[in-house]
Amino acid sequence: MTLETRSFPVLIEFEHVSKRYPERGDALKDLSFRLDAGEMAFLTGHSGAGKSTLLKLIGLLERPSRGSVRVGGDDLARLPRRRIPAHRRRIGMVFQDHRLLAERSVFDNVALPLVSAGMHRQEIGKRVRAALDQVGLLKLERALPLTLSSGEQQRVGIARAVVGRPEVILADEPTGNLDPDLSREIFRLFERFVEVGVSLLIATHDLDLIQSLGHRTLVLKQGRLVADAIPRPPTPEPEPEPEPEPAP
Amino acid sequence: MSARRPRWLRRLGTWVGDHRRAATDTLDRLIRAPLATLMTVAAIAIALALPATLLAITDNLERLAGDWRRGAALSLFLAPGLDEAAGGRLAAALRTRIDIGRVDLVSRAAGLAELREYSGLGGALDQLPDNPLPVVLAVYPAPDLTAEADVDALLTGLAALPGVDFAQADAQWVKRLQAILSLLREGTWLLGGMLALGVVLVVGNTIRLEIENRRDEILVMDLVGATGAFIRRPFLYAGAWYGLLGGILAWALVDTAVWLLQRPVDRVAALYEAQLRLIGLDLHQSVALLGLGTLLGMVGSRIAVGRHLKRLRPV
Repeated sequence: MTLETRSFPVLIEFEHVSKRYPERGDALKDLSFRLDAGEMAFLTGHSGAGKSTLLKLIGLLERPSRGSVRVGGDDLARLPRRRIPAHRRRIGMVFQDHRLLAERSVFDNVALPLVSAGMHRQEIGKRVRAALDQVGLLKLERALPLTLSSGEQQRVGIARAVVGRPEVILADEPTGNLDPDLSREIFRLFERFVEVGVSLLIATHDLDLIQSLGHRTLVLKQGRLVADAIPRPPTPEPEPEPEPEPAP
Repeated sequence: MSARRPRWLRRLGTWVGDHRRAATDTLDRLIRAPLATLMTVAAIAIALALPATLLAITDNLERLAGDWRRGAALSLFLAPGLDEAAGGRLAAALRTRIDIGRVDLVSRAAGLAELREYSGLGGALDQLPDNPLPVVLAVYPAPDLTAEADVDALLTGLAALPGVDFAQADAQWVKRLQAILSLLREGTWLLGGMLALGVVLVVGNTIRLEIENRRDEILVMDLVGATGAFIRRPFLYAGAWYGLLGGILAWALVDTAVWLLQRPVDRVAALYEAQLRLIGLDLHQSVALLGLGTLLGMVGSRIAVGRHLKRLRPV
C-alpha cells in the first residue's frame, strides 16, 4: 500500500497536455504547469473552461489525448490499470455534490478508502476518528449523510479525502452549494492541510474568496492556461491577459 | 497490541476478515430483501431440483429393476395336453438341479383365477367352454445364479425340455425397462446441462440488476481507490449465496418429491408383490447438489460482474 506520504519537490507536472472528447471537441489545449509538494493553488475559469477535466486527468478518471501528466514522479501514461487504485489512494478527491453513500453512516463513508485498501480494522477506527476530528464532526460519526446540513456533508467529504493521508487533495467546486460564510470555513480547513504538507488544487469560480485568500491561481479559458499568478488582495478582478503561448 | 505478530500474518488476518465481512454483509443484504431473494433462489432451486429429481427416480428404478431381475421367475408353459400330475413330476425333477432354487406349480385353475383377477376379462372368461390355459411352472434360478448369461442359458435349456411348450423370462420387460432407464439418465444429464446454463443466466441477471442499483456506490468506491477485487467481492459472494440457497431449497424439493412419490410407488409395488422404499439423495449427491449450486451462482455473478463493472469503470 502506498498510503505513506512520499515527498517530491514537484508533485504534479503537466507537459503540453491536450484532451479532446469525441463528442464535444477540445477540453484542454496544450496545457503545461507544475504544482509543488505542499503548495496550494486555485483553478478557475468559466464553466466549460476545462477545470474538471484537468482534475480528472490527475486522478486518472480520464487519460489525456496528448502530452504527459506526472504525479509524484510517475508518468501516468505508463501506470498499468492494476495500479490505478493505489494511485487514487495517493489523492484525496472532494466534489461539489459530496458523493457520499446515503445509506452508510458518516463513519463508514469516511472509512471507505481505508477499508477498500485492506487496512486493519483498529487502525481504520483511529484514522477515521482523527479525520472526523479535524473537520469537527467527531460527534456525528453514527449519523447518516442526509441528516446533515450541506456544509457538514461537505466536511464529511473532506474527511474522506484526507483520511488516507494523501499527497494531494483535488477539490472540484467544493463550495459550489455553500453560502459565503460556510465557504470561507471550508477554505480555512483546506489551508490547515497545506500547513501539514499536503498539496491542494481547488477548482472554483468563487473569485471573491480567491482574492481574499491570496493563493496561486491558475486561470483556464477554453481549455488554455491564460494566467498563473498570485492575485493581490486589494485589486479588483484582474482581467486575465493572454500570455505569449508556448510554441505548440 | 498486534505489533508483535508478523506482518504477513496480520495481512492474512485482515484479508480473512474482509472476506468474512463481505460474505456476512452480502447475506444480510439478501435477507433484508426477502421476497426478491426468494424469487431468485426459487428459480435456481427449480432448475436444480428438476434434473436432480429425475436422477433420483432413475436411481431408484434401476435399483428396483436389478432386484426384479434377480428375483424374477422363468415361466415354463407346458404342452396343452399335460395335466397337473405331469407338471408335478417335471417340477420334482427340476427341483433336484443345483442351478434351480425353487419351482412353483401354477395349476390351470389357479392360472385362470389369476387371469380373471388382474386382466379385467372376468365376464369374457366365464363364456369360455373350458379352461384354455396350460399348466405353468414358475422356475426360480438358484440364488447364486446371478450372471445374465447363465440365466439366459438356463432359460434356453428349460425351453428344450420335453413337455415344455415354451419358456419365458418374466424379467424380459425389466431388461427393456433398464434400457429405457439408461436413456432417461442420459436425457436427464442433457436437461441438467441446459438448466445449469439457466441458473447461470438467472444469477447473472440478478447480479446485473444489483450492479445497476449500486452504481453510485461502485463509482464512489472506484474514486477513492478501491481495487477491482474489492468492488467485485460482494457481488461474487451474492452469487455464491444465491447458488447455495438455491441448492438447499432444491435439495428440500427433491426430498419432498421423493416423499410424495412414495405412496403411488407403494401401490404399484403391491401389484408386483414387491416392496420398494424410495431413497432420496445420498450424502454425496446432496453435497454435490449444494456445491454445484454454489459454483453455478459464482460463475453467473463472475460473468455479470466482469461485463458490467468494466462498463462503469472505463479508464
